[in-house]
Amino acid sequence: MAEIKVKSAKEPLIHITKRDDMSFSKSALVHLIGIVVAVILSALLIVAVTGQNPLELFKAMYEGVIGTSAANIGINKKYTESIHIAAILLCISLAVTPAFKMKFWNIGAEGQVLMGCLTSAFCMLEFGGRMDNTALLILTVLLSILVGAVWAVIPAICKAYWNTNETLFTLMMNYVAMTLVSYFIMVKDRSGRSDLGILNERTGYGYLPELFGRSYIFNILIVVGMVVFMFIYLKYSKQGYEISVVGESENTARYIGINVKKVIIRTVAISGAICGLVGFMIVAGDKHSLKPDIVGGQGFTAIMVSWMSKFNPIVMIPVSMLIVFLSVGSKFATSAFKVDNSIGDILTAIVIFSIIACEFFTRYKINFRKAKKEG
Amino acid sequence: MKKAAIELKNITKTFGSVVANKNVNLTVNRGEILSILGENGSGKTTLMNMISGIYFPDEGQIFVDGEEVVIRSPKDAFDLKIGMIHQHFKLVDVFSAAENIILGLNEEGKYDIKKAEKSIKEIADKYSFEVEPAKKIHEMSVSEKQTVEIIKVLYRGADILILDEPTAVLTPQEAQKLFAVLRRMRDDGKAIIIITHKLHEVLSLSDRVAVLRKGEYIGTVETAKTNEAELTEMMVGKKISLNIERSEPENVEDRLIVNDLECISREGVKVLDDITFTARSGEILGIAGIAGSGQRELLEAIAGLQQVQFGEISYNNPKTKQVENLRNKTPMQIRELGVRLSFVPEDRLGMGLVGNMDIIDNMMLRSYRKGKSVFLERKAPKDLAQHIIEDLEVVTPGATTPVRRLSGGNVQKVLVGREIAASPTVLMAAYPVRGLDINSSYTIYNLLNEQKKKGVAVIFVGEDLDVLIELCDRIMVIGSGRITGIVDGRTATKEEIGLLMTKSSGGENNG
Repeated sequence: MAEIKVKSAKEPLIHITKRDDMSFSKSALVHLIGIVVAVILSALLIVAVTGQNPLELFKAMYEGVIGTSAANIGINKKYTESIHIAAILLCISLAVTPAFKMKFWNIGAEGQVLMGCLTSAFCMLEFGGRMDNTALLILTVLLSILVGAVWAVIPAICKAYWNTNETLFTLMMNYVAMTLVSYFIMVKDRSGRSDLGILNERTGYGYLPELFGRSYIFNILIVVGMVVFMFIYLKYSKQGYEISVVGESENTARYIGINVKKVIIRTVAISGAICGLVGFMIVAGDKHSLKPDIVGGQGFTAIMVSWMSKFNPIVMIPVSMLIVFLSVGSKFATSAFKVDNSIGDILTAIVIFSIIACEFFTRYKINFRKAKKEG
Repeated sequence: MKKAAIELKNITKTFGSVVANKNVNLTVNRGEILSILGENGSGKTTLMNMISGIYFPDEGQIFVDGEEVVIRSPKDAFDLKIGMIHQHFKLVDVFSAAENIILGLNEEGKYDIKKAEKSIKEIADKYSFEVEPAKKIHEMSVSEKQTVEIIKVLYRGADILILDEPTAVLTPQEAQKLFAVLRRMRDDGKAIIIITHKLHEVLSLSDRVAVLRKGEYIGTVETAKTNEAELTEMMVGKKISLNIERSEPENVEDRLIVNDLECISREGVKVLDDITFTARSGEILGIAGIAGSGQRELLEAIAGLQQVQFGEISYNNPKTKQVENLRNKTPMQIRELGVRLSFVPEDRLGMGLVGNMDIIDNMMLRSYRKGKSVFLERKAPKDLAQHIIEDLEVVTPGATTPVRRLSGGNVQKVLVGREIAASPTVLMAAYPVRGLDINSSYTIYNLLNEQKKKGVAVIFVGEDLDVLIELCDRIMVIGSGRITGIVDGRTATKEEIGLLMTKSSGGENNG
């Protein structure tokens, strides 16, 4: 019986074969198609769920990103604000990248940034007014970097010496950091609020100076410097080379005499240090405040940015902008059209999924069953 | 006339731009052993994987007993009574032989291991296999595991058997036993296909030989009407001589002295015990043994990659005349002592090279630390890469091609080239020709011979006994982590080495 079944069976409808590396232009075309598909899907979803005109909604998203004065919903934004959000995300993405290149799955950026925020807030409150503002800023940034690095190095040491699972460890460290921040807020402000309001509001102690009338322009400049640094560090420095070797094959690293433990700890320390710096930028350069969810999940989004950019710091610039602009734009659009703001998240998800799906098509070829001649 | 069990017509299979099989036509009859001969990468295994349902052909037809069939999965292949014994066994370690054999069968009636064991015994007796159905897989030797794999497919009623490189892991004696079993199966009317690249096996075992070269079907010849030279020519595409020159050792000095070495693996198993030998300059010392007898651990212990529990490793520095102790030094410390030790590890892309890096960056592995700058210097590695590509005729689109995209032989040339460029005094090479085509293999043998003439102490771990006997001055045989004998390469025979490989000597002394 089985034999008859096999013989009457047809060739499978599709089968998938691996293809060679695609040319850049072809791969760009695939991604373009992916985005077009994503836009069409989003439009259909908008019509089906909200009944709004998708073009109007897209226009509102665009306006939300470049900035507009929409008095009716009380928003007055500038495009630099969107860029700043993207810059913060970009900087966290840069931070996680060396560890990822080394195949150290650090998902604790959220906590490391938060520890940077906590340290900065602590310095602003404790040392504000006791020293010159420049000295305070230098002390704050150094301490924030140090604490971020220490927060990351704890799981790295355990990984290097006892081969513990860094993914779980770094994840847990996020929750420890959040609890510490809650505790700090509770100690500082016994009124039971979950944040500290604006720190040093009257004095402005420990604030990064304003440039062009905006407090966060300084941050954007730091991030631009970070991109250049990380690009050169990974590609042209001996340490960057060691990171690649350890990431590709620990055996090869041992074989050529690289001290793998040292490289793991050093690299993760750099990751954590940059996260600490981001914490400083958020508190001293932008929010001037502290609450447990101040990082807002960007530490996790950064992981996606780093992966989607294939660990290339230059590619991370457009990718982080795309993700931030989508979310900023859809938030604006959903509030302008008074539709549920989950729609915005869904739109973002559709676009990101489409881009990731493009990977599949650049790597594999799909063959359909050929029409067979009879007889 | 014999009946065709399987017939392949115009089978083509591509992976990306790589054509693994191109218009292959092949027939296997019942009551016949067919060898599929070809160099590594000639598409033998891919072809067989299409018959056993692992891959699906892009083009072409497969006929079983004269009827066209479509084989979409291994289950389809089983239903057509086709069974494949893979090179890498697919058995559950903690299960017994019988449990592995009936695994996934879904026989009707209740689970009855006793009944299964009985029928396994019957199959084994029919073809004179030796098997203990209740024995656990992890307690078995390689050849016992192979027996289980063969019985597994017979139990499922296979009458077309495909064996992929079945002798690669066997000693000469075990291989002879296997051949006797295969002949009995043939006489019983089964169709048997064996994939191999070893010529003497082809000649002694098979009735007909089909030759593949670079994915293309070259032709089928009757074994009785052919010879080694003709088959090699079909396989390689040109006439080549299969002789390795062996010069007399000159300026022999003791270079590396290993004394009473003992190592314990990470799992706590003693992998090396009581190892004492000397590697001399201007000489090739061969190491023979069944795979996994401690060869890798021995070389890694010398290279500073394996913890040593007991014993000494000393190096006589030819320049300073000083004796350096290498035991439990890191590779970095060994280099700092001025020991010029080069090591071509067994795992080329997992240890010797980084597959995703290009040739230049792989050259840099050995030299990137040079200089005080924090930045990399790519000029010297680039020159070295060019130099190796030209001298060793590495086939590559360029020096910036990732090495994983090169063929096995070219990968090995890059690795050996880099290790030799460090002008070593000791050169260790583990299975340096595994997976290489004949031409590349001889390039590697020549490189080792050149190093020997330069006065390097060469340590060569090999698996092909014919090559070891032709190439090496002395051959050290390892069995279960112990030295079972050191023989002269000029007088030793394959049988002698084969016996030493399975001998478990010295067990009664220490205990």
